[in-house]
Amino acid sequence: MIVPLHDAISDLVRDGDTVALEGFTHLIPHAAGHEIARQGKHDLTLVRMTPDVVYDQLIGVGCAQKLVFSWGGNPGVGSLHRLRDAVEHGWPLQLAIEEHSHAGMAAAYAAGASNLPFGLLRGYSGDLPTHTRVETVTCPFTGEELSAVPSLRPDVGIIHAQQADRQGNVQLWGILGVQKETVLAASRAIVTVEEIVDELVPRPGAIVLPRWVLDAVSLAPGGAHPSYAHDYYERDNDFYVAWDEISRDRDRFRAWMKRHVFDTADVTEYHASLASEVTAA
Amino acid sequence: MSTNGDGGFSSDEMMAVEAARRLANGTVCFVGIGLPSLAANLARLTHAPECVLVYESGTIGAKPTRLPLSIGDGDLADTADAVVSVPEMFAYWLQGNRIDVGFLGAAQIDRHGNLNSTVIGDYDHPKVRLPGGGGAPEIATGVRDVFVMLRQTPRAFVEHLDFTTSVGDRVRVVVTDLGILEPRDGELTLVAVHPGVEVDAARSATGWELRVADDVRVTEPPSEIELSALRELEARAHA
Repeated sequence: MIVPLHDAISDLVRDGDTVALEGFTHLIPHAAGHEIARQGKHDLTLVRMTPDVVYDQLIGVGCAQKLVFSWGGNPGVGSLHRLRDAVEHGWPLQLAIEEHSHAGMAAAYAAGASNLPFGLLRGYSGDLPTHTRVETVTCPFTGEELSAVPSLRPDVGIIHAQQADRQGNVQLWGILGVQKETVLAASRAIVTVEEIVDELVPRPGAIVLPRWVLDAVSLAPGGAHPSYAHDYYERDNDFYVAWDEISRDRDRFRAWMKRHVFDTADVTEYHASLASEVTAA
Repeated sequence: MSTNGDGGFSSDEMMAVEAARRLANGTVCFVGIGLPSLAANLARLTHAPECVLVYESGTIGAKPTRLPLSIGDGDLADTADAVVSVPEMFAYWLQGNRIDVGFLGAAQIDRHGNLNSTVIGDYDHPKVRLPGGGGAPEIATGVRDVFVMLRQTPRAFVEHLDFTTSVGDRVRVVVTDLGILEPRDGELTLVAVHPGVEVDAARSATGWELRVADDVRVTEPPSEIELSALRELEARAHA
């Protein structure tokens, strides 16, 4: 149940899988993303509402063949340059996209968790419906036309949380995004945590995911960086700004990934590597 | 940030102030990052202390002490009345008609207030792939009033959008760096220019033949109170 992150990724993420790493700005599972990159998983369909830096990295090193998403920017900063390079120029690989709105994707995850074939909403104004998998259904009671979006059922759902207990029950709090839905919609679920504790003390607004809906729990302190873990550490806003420059250039991006991800063994070494760069500079 | 000489305030500040003035006390507004967040927080700290700020990350009634860089900063959750999941945010709160005002920005706007934040060029072979709609398609149809904040240039104010990300039916005002546009008979019309801005400057910054109201006025420059509140907010953001 509680296993090293290396083993969780190698046992549960398979080439060609549909994989969702979720965390809406908060608790983004970066350490798990890095481990996917290190193990060279490929032909993945990556699902995530806001691809963010974590998918910019996975797309840039060629792990993905398709992206399902609803907002593909660097929050508060601008573009995701590796995502753009893949979509605009097919570098390093052609990337298929399936684009949704936030409301549509949230409904699709909730439908997946509910074992329903589609999510239902009033939505998708504009041109997107002609480019994505959305259909119109008619309400059998009122005749109103509504949007139907196919449910998301990832092969693997991966999230980051603050705590697990020694049995593998997980608690997370703060901004909770679609993490619960992701875990419950997925066939296999991996949770990385900041800390393993003897007992989970209930927190206001927290959710608890019992061990029996999870396949692996892995300790990864600092594993959300540059995102944050509420009550543990803050969002590294400077990193998001710096990523704009790092990711703009293909060679610089590759050098960064080599130094801080491929040449490090785990999240602890990743943080040491980042710290050594700051010290050197 | 540049200042416009004689006025002693920047065009960004003028935009934030003009948008803030339109938020009545108690308004529930769906806020994005950047100028909308600045405007809504300014309203909250000046004339509209009970303005409710909702960020799409699920924070309802956030009262940030500094301007957030992302819509999910921890400060928003710490200061919120309630924190809800993203599916709940879009289903119960936005689709549930709980939000009065939604702010939107875009890369392109047309004369009907339709917006493009998805792609420049062809969707399948884009010249520029933009971040995409995010919450915009449903914000545009789920709130009572849409406020657009956008710098006015011929590249942004276009005759034909490359892509319609969200529809303009509920756009009530477009606040630009040059003035204010409001829909009149279904077409965005220049109703005010900012101090020091000529109507012709707004015309030439628009990619269609801009309709101008007969009674076009000059917006009130930011007051001392507005400017000092605004600059205090910005200073805390960069601290």
